[in-house]
Amino acid sequence: MQAFWKKIYVLAGLALVWVPKLAIAAGEKADMIVIVADTRRLTGWEAWWANLYNESHAYFTALTVITIPVVGLILGLLADVVMKHIGIDLSSRELAEH
Amino acid sequence: MDWLYVLMPISGVTIFWPGLVILGLGVGIIGGFFGMGGAWMVTPGLNILGFPMAFAIGTDVAHMAGKSLISTLRHGKFGNVDYKLGFIMLVGTIVGFEVGAQMIMWLERLGKVDFYVRWMYIILLALIAWMVFADVFKKRKKEKELRAAGQEVDKLATGIEWHKTLHKIKIPPMMHFKAAQIYCTAWLPIFVSFLTGWLAGILGIGGGLIRMPALIYFVGCPTHVAVGTDLFEVMISGLYGAGTYTYKGRTELVAALIMLLGAAVGAQIGTVATKYIKGYGIRIAFGLAVIGCGLSVIMKLLPRYIPTWKTLLDNSATVLVLGLVSALSLYILVKMIQGARQELAMKNK
Repeated sequence: MQAFWKKIYVLAGLALVWVPKLAIAAGEKADMIVIVADTRRLTGWEAWWANLYNESHAYFTALTVITIPVVGLILGLLADVVMKHIGIDLSSRELAEH
Repeated sequence: MDWLYVLMPISGVTIFWPGLVILGLGVGIIGGFFGMGGAWMVTPGLNILGFPMAFAIGTDVAHMAGKSLISTLRHGKFGNVDYKLGFIMLVGTIVGFEVGAQMIMWLERLGKVDFYVRWMYIILLALIAWMVFADVFKKRKKEKELRAAGQEVDKLATGIEWHKTLHKIKIPPMMHFKAAQIYCTAWLPIFVSFLTGWLAGILGIGGGLIRMPALIYFVGCPTHVAVGTDLFEVMISGLYGAGTYTYKGRTELVAALIMLLGAAVGAQIGTVATKYIKGYGIRIAFGLAVIGCGLSVIMKLLPRYIPTWKTLLDNSATVLVLGLVSALSLYILVKMIQGARQELAMKNK
């Protein structure tokens, strides 16, 4: 039964990621203006990236949404290694209140 | 000194990259410590560094997703994330956010909505600050009375205990949230998250600033679990936000990744600092952050009444927000270093 509920939670969580309009932002929503990246000054990977942006926002989005958590995960793990090297116990803490 | 500047391929602006790393570090520390995204701090910072407003918000949201992931992983290892509670609250938050967003669109047709929303935001922040400090004073008063009566002070005691009354509601299904150590009706977190989501939708904010205290005072989470669980929600909604803003072409991934370099370190510092600063230390610092946020919103609102002061007030609001980020980051960093030193000294003994 517990495994069943776990599966339900995971599936619900994944579905929720795609529910529209839950965009976090403190300011007003972005204007509906089409912005085109100027690739004339760019070379190498920068030119490739800007061209991808101009050609397909869908691919550009997919790559961004994948890159952010992957880089976050890698950097987090690297920071973990450094913290462990210092010698701090990273697996427990004292109960503070309640 | 050209190497200190990097050309952003999409927006076409040249940005001082160490500024991005420092900004990421600051909000990483604060976000990991308080459990919020911190869009109200990052957006003006990015704007100052030279980002057009259209890209500032999207880039902020994108880096927030990565930063929250790092903090959530660390908080998760400390046992500060109640995933079950997080998923349940996510449902309420999304539905509430949608209702709030639809309501604001309806109110926009009536006009003057922006003005009322800003005042509502100020009132809400004032209420949160009042709640936090009332709680702190109540706890101190309780302790004082116990000491006067010669009784032992319970280290785990809290001031405001509204959650205890709310836990008496026994509408099925009843649920046990292990990490949060709560047994209550499932409708309580659903209702609270709906309310906080609704407010976030109306105010046009992420909601971490409202959700964190709501988790403490209404749901009854210990401060550390409130921080961790809130970050879990920020991570999921941040990832979605990154998707929508990027699809609209408003994200500068290069800047978000540079910010993440600082945020990765900052998020670890902020999260590890929660190990050394007791729950009430976090609550007090959070209350101060809320007051700072409120003052910056007031400064943005005042030019309506005194238009000649607009530039001065706008600049003051930015200085206040960045000053607050620096002061809080420094406080958390110092506390973390002190705590780590103490822990290492104890280990060596």
